[in-house]
Amino acid sequence: MADNITHVSDETFDEQVALSELPVLVDFWAEWCGPCKVIAPVLEEIAGDKAGKLKVVKLNVDENPRTAQRFQVMSIPTLLLFKGGKAQSRIVGARPKGQILAEVEPHLSAR
Amino acid sequence: MGEDVRNVVILGSGPAGLTAAIYTARADLRPLVVEGEPSSTSDQPGGQLMLTTDVENFPGFPEGVLGPQLMTDMRAQAERFGADMRTAKAVSVDLSSTPIGIWFAGEEASGPSVRTRSLIIATGARSLMLGLPNEARLLGYGVSTCATCDGFFFRDRPIAVVGGGDSALEEALFLTKFGRSVTVIHRRKELRASKIMQDRAFRNEKIDFRWDSVVTDVLGGDRLEGIVLEEVNTGETTTLAVEGLFVAIGHVPNTDLFVGQLELDPAGYLVTRDGTKTAVPGVFACGDVQDHTYRQAITAAGSGCMAAIDAERYLADLESHEALAAETAV
Repeated sequence: MADNITHVSDETFDEQVALSELPVLVDFWAEWCGPCKVIAPVLEEIAGDKAGKLKVVKLNVDENPRTAQRFQVMSIPTLLLFKGGKAQSRIVGARPKGQILAEVEPHLSAR
Repeated sequence: MGEDVRNVVILGSGPAGLTAAIYTARADLRPLVVEGEPSSTSDQPGGQLMLTTDVENFPGFPEGVLGPQLMTDMRAQAERFGADMRTAKAVSVDLSSTPIGIWFAGEEASGPSVRTRSLIIATGARSLMLGLPNEARLLGYGVSTCATCDGFFFRDRPIAVVGGGDSALEEALFLTKFGRSVTVIHRRKELRASKIMQDRAFRNEKIDFRWDSVVTDVLGGDRLEGIVLEEVNTGETTTLAVEGLFVAIGHVPNTDLFVGQLELDPAGYLVTRDGTKTAVPGVFACGDVQDHTYRQAITAAGSGCMAAIDAERYLADLESHEALAAETAV
């Protein structure tokens, strides 16, 4: 796993995501999910490209069902973008890099 | 850009495309595999097997193998012999030009993204959805395109699976691990699925069947609450309370790119003759895009191998003609 992506859990979610100063893109995934594997390298690229502007984290729904339930995730991969502790945008299903960026970029500050 | 002329480009990265990649790479042809773009439907890198769990009928795996694992391994095998992988979707091809031009999504405005002396088409087939407006609205909120991804979220909940083939029963059986009940909805009185799958499904206590029925609506506000069924003989409609809906009603070939350039059969599949040849010299087709009869991982892989050998021979002939022409010109 690349250094750019942190793993979060039910326990660390609030500290890592809700209290983050940067916008956070959370990837809800699981080991058994084929499309999750397909977008994993795409998310690593995005984490690298947007370093300093966006934090990308992964949450394993199998090990952390409470957070998945809390945000009504019923399909994976689901990507949720958090800003100021609130979910601002939701992408359900694997998508190409361009579509993910188009969804995420409006929420990032210009700096 | 124009300078990049390849010997072989392979469109698609399921068992057909990756087998063709392994063979052409081993023949030193440095194939470029245009593997598609990420999606949660069967139209994605790795193809339909990315959405399955246990593959029990691919020879060489006595205990079975996970579909995504099999595809990851095939991809690694192709890369080991020097295949170039490109995560892009081809959106346009010009088969009338020499070399053949191919454009990737987002690069339509300029010249071809890549040009190639030969082309192996392995774009496969994608799953059909019901096509109901509320189905799209509730996608990800109870309606799912991937049982293996999402089954987990339906623990102890009632689930419906639409379809009567092997894929439908495979999904239904898989979903019994999670759901309280699984109702298989089929528009006929008999299943299309293989005997072994039917036996397993009939024996499973969690599975029941609604015969001669079609889904006419999908109900729910912000998550799926039920579906409306119509009995096809009587026209009678009933509502079935379900929280998960999985659709496996068949496939359509991914041939939109080739309409007007290659011969399609009435169902939209590419027509091949004499092995994997299409009517355009240097253009070959393999896997589900040209096969609505067998549609197995192993037959797709087999035809991918055939396409690779056909392409290799075509390129060898082309080279000897070019050499001969150069000689006579002197």
